[in-house]
Amino acid sequence: MIMFWLIAILLIGGLLAWLSGRWSNRLPRWISLLVLGCVFILSIGIWLNHSEQSVLHTDGNWWLEINWEWLPQWGINFHLALDGLSLLLIVLTLFLGLVSVLTSWTEIQYKVGFFHFNLLWILAGIMGVFLAMDLFLFYFFWEVMLIPMYFLIGIWGHEDRIYAAIKFFIFTQLSGLLMLLSILGLYFVHGRLTGIYTFDYNHLLNTMIAPGTSRWLMSGFLIAFLVKLPAVPFHTWLPDAHSEAPTAGSVILAGLLLKTGAYGLLRFVLPLFPQSAIDFAPLAMILGVVGILYGAKLAFAQTDMKRMVAYTSVSHMGFILLGVFAFNQLALQGVVLQIITHGISTGALFIIAGMMKERLHTRDMQQMGGLWENVPRLAGVSMLFAMASLGLPGLGNFIAEMLILFGAYLANKIVTIFATLGLIAATLYALWFIQQVFHGYKSREYKISDLNAREMIIMVAMIAVIVWLGVYPQPVLDTAKPVLQHIQEIVVPSQPAEIQIPAKFVEPMGLNDTGMQISQPDQRGGSNE
Amino acid sequence: MNSAAILVLMPLIILAGGIILLLLIIALQRSHLLSFIFSALVLVVGFCSLFFIVDLVPQVMTPMVIIDSYALFYIGLILAASLVIVLLSYDYLKQQEGEQEEYYLLVLMAALGSAVLVISQHFITLFLGLEILSVSLYVLISYLYRREQSIEAGVKYLVLAASSSAFLLFGMALIYNATGTMEFVPLSQRLAMPESGTLLVFAGIAMMLVGIGFKLAIVPFHMWTPDVYQGAPAPVTAFIASISKGGMFALILRFFITFDIYRFKHLLLIFTIIAIASMFFGNLLALRQQNVKRILAYSSIAHLGYLLVAFLAGGRYAIPAATFYLVAYFVTTIGAFGIITVLSGKEREAEDLLDYHGLYWRHPWLAAIFTTTLFSLSGIPLTAGFVGKFYVLVAGVNSSLWLLVVVLVINSAIGLYYYLRIVVAMFTPAAAESMEKQVMVINPAVSLLGGIVLAIMMLLLIGFGVYPFQLIEIIQSIGTSFDSTVRESINFIP
Repeated sequence: MIMFWLIAILLIGGLLAWLSGRWSNRLPRWISLLVLGCVFILSIGIWLNHSEQSVLHTDGNWWLEINWEWLPQWGINFHLALDGLSLLLIVLTLFLGLVSVLTSWTEIQYKVGFFHFNLLWILAGIMGVFLAMDLFLFYFFWEVMLIPMYFLIGIWGHEDRIYAAIKFFIFTQLSGLLMLLSILGLYFVHGRLTGIYTFDYNHLLNTMIAPGTSRWLMSGFLIAFLVKLPAVPFHTWLPDAHSEAPTAGSVILAGLLLKTGAYGLLRFVLPLFPQSAIDFAPLAMILGVVGILYGAKLAFAQTDMKRMVAYTSVSHMGFILLGVFAFNQLALQGVVLQIITHGISTGALFIIAGMMKERLHTRDMQQMGGLWENVPRLAGVSMLFAMASLGLPGLGNFIAEMLILFGAYLANKIVTIFATLGLIAATLYALWFIQQVFHGYKSREYKISDLNAREMIIMVAMIAVIVWLGVYPQPVLDTAKPVLQHIQEIVVPSQPAEIQIPAKFVEPMGLNDTGMQISQPDQRGGSNE
Repeated sequence: MNSAAILVLMPLIILAGGIILLLLIIALQRSHLLSFIFSALVLVVGFCSLFFIVDLVPQVMTPMVIIDSYALFYIGLILAASLVIVLLSYDYLKQQEGEQEEYYLLVLMAALGSAVLVISQHFITLFLGLEILSVSLYVLISYLYRREQSIEAGVKYLVLAASSSAFLLFGMALIYNATGTMEFVPLSQRLAMPESGTLLVFAGIAMMLVGIGFKLAIVPFHMWTPDVYQGAPAPVTAFIASISKGGMFALILRFFITFDIYRFKHLLLIFTIIAIASMFFGNLLALRQQNVKRILAYSSIAHLGYLLVAFLAGGRYAIPAATFYLVAYFVTTIGAFGIITVLSGKEREAEDLLDYHGLYWRHPWLAAIFTTTLFSLSGIPLTAGFVGKFYVLVAGVNSSLWLLVVVLVINSAIGLYYYLRIVVAMFTPAAAESMEKQVMVINPAVSLLGGIVLAIMMLLLIGFGVYPFQLIEIIQSIGTSFDSTVRESINFIP
């Protein structure tokens, strides 16, 4: 029941915000903040309540579950369930939601009520995606979150907003429909085998699918998730959508919408089509590496600050693709951590870009330069998040990317060697960004103000999280561990013969003493730097 | 014919009687309000009469007419849709010059024609219904004959409809020549025998396809659609788009499923090509249009293509999927043209994309309703259109029609582009010069009646989109009863 309310409160709050927009511009902001705050506290409450049990729940059981009949003729249920993975993503969703409301506080002055309605409904849709355990319901939420996002970009975006919004919508809609076809295919395959026609995740999980069919069905899911992620050939919507969206839109896009793709890979592609996923793994890892390097190269070449950050997302998402298809605990844990830390760090960079735009009325980095002395606090914060983005030890991204690289190394050495180059590329673009904007010659004199109290609150909160994840990510890893083990167990059922990893490598890692894992990357990473 | 048989004909009798009474009323006392109220009343009474006879079906009366739950459902749909169109028309017509009373007469006639199509199981009733429908539409399309394109549209429709009817008749004659029967069920049995003259039959069916295709406006018989949609008054366009096509589609579903088209691979191939061509042509041609009515015209071509996918799928999903899709399509299309209707003024229709600029800020509710209908047309969740499209996909995947299904998916994405263009227009602030034009031309006061009707349409759209449980239940029972009657009739008559 509480999960239903998590979503319902957001939906109702959205409606209230819209209505209240008739009377005042301030009211919708406060309503959204209040609603999100409440739900955020609620979700933290769930986490604390279950943090003890999470260690015990090693069989992949749900922490919470509701399962109501919706359209029984088709075997569709309103089935929501929550486990450690979903919970982490929900907490992230709500955290970034709060941040988005705060960053839009002064930026959005036009139709404030409708803006916040859209914002809350996107968040509700995203939460639905993370909770839905019925494939029809999942697709439903998958689509529902797009419509308000489309409005967010199309109404409050920058110059080319219409083009970006329509491109974004068509890319995701088309790929989503292909996924729907796969869902239907799976539905009928399962129904014909067992006589039970259902969209329920738990039932579909153990469907025996012929390899050929399985490959086709998986490709439908893959396309949807790779477009969302985005992996390289499908990434072209992302720079447009990111750079034209308002700041809050960019934060949600980068921090959350992309993560639904990663979540989909973990939750659906691997467990539903284990064998096909293994077959696809080498290609996926190559795609991941191409994404890492290509994204980094393009990021380095950008002059538009938001576009640059957008391409860094492509690069970071490559790590996720790499990690997911490495099929071992190290990499999977790294993926979860990467989902969260990338959400925070890239979100922060987009907010910084938004703040610069608000002050300078440009996103062109060539117009900037030498701004450190004007805005020392903003510059310091930017420095920190640029460092996070390049993977400096002590910040969350470092641990995430190291875990992924270690895991991927076990699975595929050559690919991982190339992936490691991505870290160097990241250093290049991150430092180049700082150099261009805050150091160097001043191309012109700006009179601009430094961060105010509201902006400091946002930044301090985000810094706190990214440092916490960099120093002590154990609670997060513990929360996700049972789910990840469960997923790994499905894909690679403790038979090392299935993957091309020598057994001696698997076993020490399979022990999964997470304390040990964390200490390892710290040491090795330290020596790398 | 027993008393139950007379009773099940009640809705049609009420409709026909209502038409005659309305004629008399107009002869005695010309009053727009009176004929409006009377025709609405006829439709309401006709609709309510369905509930009394629902237990008496199925009834086969004479070789020509069959009334089963399938027919009743479609009659109900036709009557309800006509009622909505009549309600939307009142304020629209009030601002026009000339006589308004006959309009309602013609709408009732056209509804009767569609209803006859739905109950026919014989070529004669088919043709009868088709002609009642078409003749009423000729007049309705050019009803506001003072407008520029009105006569053009009417004449275009007249010429093409008449020639396509000729094709239809010729096709029927050929089939009759080859098989010696015009009833659907015996026809199907004759064709099951190997020695039946297949070439003549195929020629006949191909010619019938011309007539049917014209009414459904599927490629390559779609040429008239944009011009007629544009030239006809908006409520009439709604009628053509929904009831006229819906009645015909219900008929071909009955005809071809009784006929068991699925055993003729050639015919299936032809239909497959038509479906794919309709989807692509409709959507691609809509992309560059600037006129909302033309956009919707091309989109309707594509939608009939989607419907054909459900039809081609066959199996137990064909009838429910097509029926659900039609219901969703009715609600959506009438909603969309309803918006155009209430926004239109005396001089011209609100059909230019520019007329919709800034609608969201001028009439937020209308814009919200229009947005919902456009989302429903593009098949986005929370709307009936999504469930309809989902149902069609279920049918297609179940029969492994992968080509058609993938084409449908690609077309949904193409279609999204032009639907979103209209949505974007509504959110774009109106430019200064076009603003002036709007104030001059477009009806500023939106009718209360129209607003209420449209609000109900939107609630239906969202209701069917979020919780279509009851509707699916009803439609599935219709599908199963239809299947069983078809099977019985084919097995039991020697």
